[in-house]
Amino acid sequence: MDVILFLVFAIIAVVCAINVVVQTHPISSAISLVGVMGSLAVLYLLLGAEFLAAAQVIVYAGAIMVLFVFVIMLLNAGSEIKKGRSLTVQLLGVPLLVAFLAVMAYFVQRLFPSTTMVHFGGFTGGGVREIGRALFSTYLLPFEVTSILILIAILGAIVLARKEMD
Amino acid sequence: MHGLTSEQIFFIVTVIKVVVVFAVLMTVLAYLQWVERKVIAHIQVRPGPYNVGWHGLLQPLADVIKLVTKEDLIPPHVNKLLYILAPFLAITMALLSIAVIPFGPKITVAGYQTYMQLADLNIGVLFILAVSSMGVYGIALAGWSSNNKYSLLGGLRSSAQMISYELPLSLAIAAPLLISNTLSLHDLVMRQAGGIWTWNILHRPFPQIFSFIIFMIAAFAETNRVPFDLPEAENELVAGFHTEYSSMKFASFFMAEYANMITVCCMGTVLFLGGWIAPWPAKYGSSLVPVVIFALAGLMAFYHGVNSARRRDEFSFPAVGVTFLICAAVFLLPMVQQWLLPLFWFCAKVGALLFVFIWIRGTLPRFRYDQLMGFTWKFLFPAAMLNLLVTGFLVALRP
Repeated sequence: MDVILFLVFAIIAVVCAINVVVQTHPISSAISLVGVMGSLAVLYLLLGAEFLAAAQVIVYAGAIMVLFVFVIMLLNAGSEIKKGRSLTVQLLGVPLLVAFLAVMAYFVQRLFPSTTMVHFGGFTGGGVREIGRALFSTYLLPFEVTSILILIAILGAIVLARKEMD
Repeated sequence: MHGLTSEQIFFIVTVIKVVVVFAVLMTVLAYLQWVERKVIAHIQVRPGPYNVGWHGLLQPLADVIKLVTKEDLIPPHVNKLLYILAPFLAITMALLSIAVIPFGPKITVAGYQTYMQLADLNIGVLFILAVSSMGVYGIALAGWSSNNKYSLLGGLRSSAQMISYELPLSLAIAAPLLISNTLSLHDLVMRQAGGIWTWNILHRPFPQIFSFIIFMIAAFAETNRVPFDLPEAENELVAGFHTEYSSMKFASFFMAEYANMITVCCMGTVLFLGGWIAPWPAKYGSSLVPVVIFALAGLMAFYHGVNSARRRDEFSFPAVGVTFLICAAVFLLPMVQQWLLPLFWFCAKVGALLFVFIWIRGTLPRFRYDQLMGFTWKFLFPAAMLNLLVTGFLVALRP
């Protein structure tokens, strides 16, 4: 049952991810990206990380992608016009993809030997309590640094918007 | 129940619960609209729907038949896939969140214990936030894919409004969670057990009354209701994001709005008003309140039946009175009390909140768009933040 669900949502995620690139219209790409986020959230849920799944949907699918869609609608971006592929892309595209996948497979094999199979439901540290404990004790410094980084980004956005208003 | 494993029983019970909740929700959706029309009509001193059935009670049925049999038009200039997807998204996301709402405590039926709730998730609150944040896609995509400037403006307004009001809404939800210390909606209600003074709205160390007010204001904006119904302001935008929709697709948006209203009221009840908990303990007679209410209503109907203004009231009012008295008697039966009383209090609270929604629609004018955005960013969001900070401090200082 777990494996079937995993396969279904993994396939949906990959198909949506390919669709993001293939679609010519920005809105269709954005909606496909929402599909990727949603299926990733289901995969997190299958692995027992329920807080991460909820956060994925709330933050990525529900807030960031809504902003994407909003901006695309606001700018009323039309669909892209496909140009012919350049010679470099035609020659190197497929070989480079294969090489990249091979390197990825090699590193995954090296870092995580096949003895540690992913076992569905074996992980129980994904609750809100555990994540909160970890964030505010073990990972306190990275957490605070990230929040300051985001604060700087917000301030930067305000400064840029101010300049335009004057 | 003999010869079945516990898993099979669980499956059967869950299917029954799903069917019951779905049927009740759909009926409530249809009749909420009737109640709304009636209440607004009486606020505006007119009778409202009156001709279809007794006091217009069959009006929702007539509306459903009208919407189903209407021609389902797809305009030629729309983006077909997204145009069809949008109402589905809106109604699905609106109906999903009812799955985690607890209507009552754990009950025992024929020796089998079950929750009066479809699923008790340990991240129930986050689930509702996630689902409701996905609901904005339905409206935004409907506005965009219709390829119509009124729809697009409506869709844009609604996306901006829903993103903005989600912040104070989430912060207002976070404050009672600090007090209750759980994210499961069932546990949330259980932590408020006792009486009105242990509901989160009056709970020590910091009563969540401000949080509740902020929650309700943000909820009005999230559900696109008056005074924040800018996405469908008919004098500026024709009908807003659903201008190009007809038949069942229009009905989906309509139902989604009412389903969202019900969900938000259920959330307000569970988070702030103690869910199914009675305002005071049963040993001081709170279990007699529904009996008294129904009995009084029954007696009133009898009184009006005796001093009737019209001839037909001589029969109709006593009939209603008998119904009310039977209801009052049912509440006295000990075997149904364990699930009927929590259900009564839950429905009473949700109904009161829904009435506030309708009441405000009949009373307040619409905001201007810049006022709407300024209000949330300059007042509501800082207020919610302050409330969360004070609650956090007081909870941390609590011995």
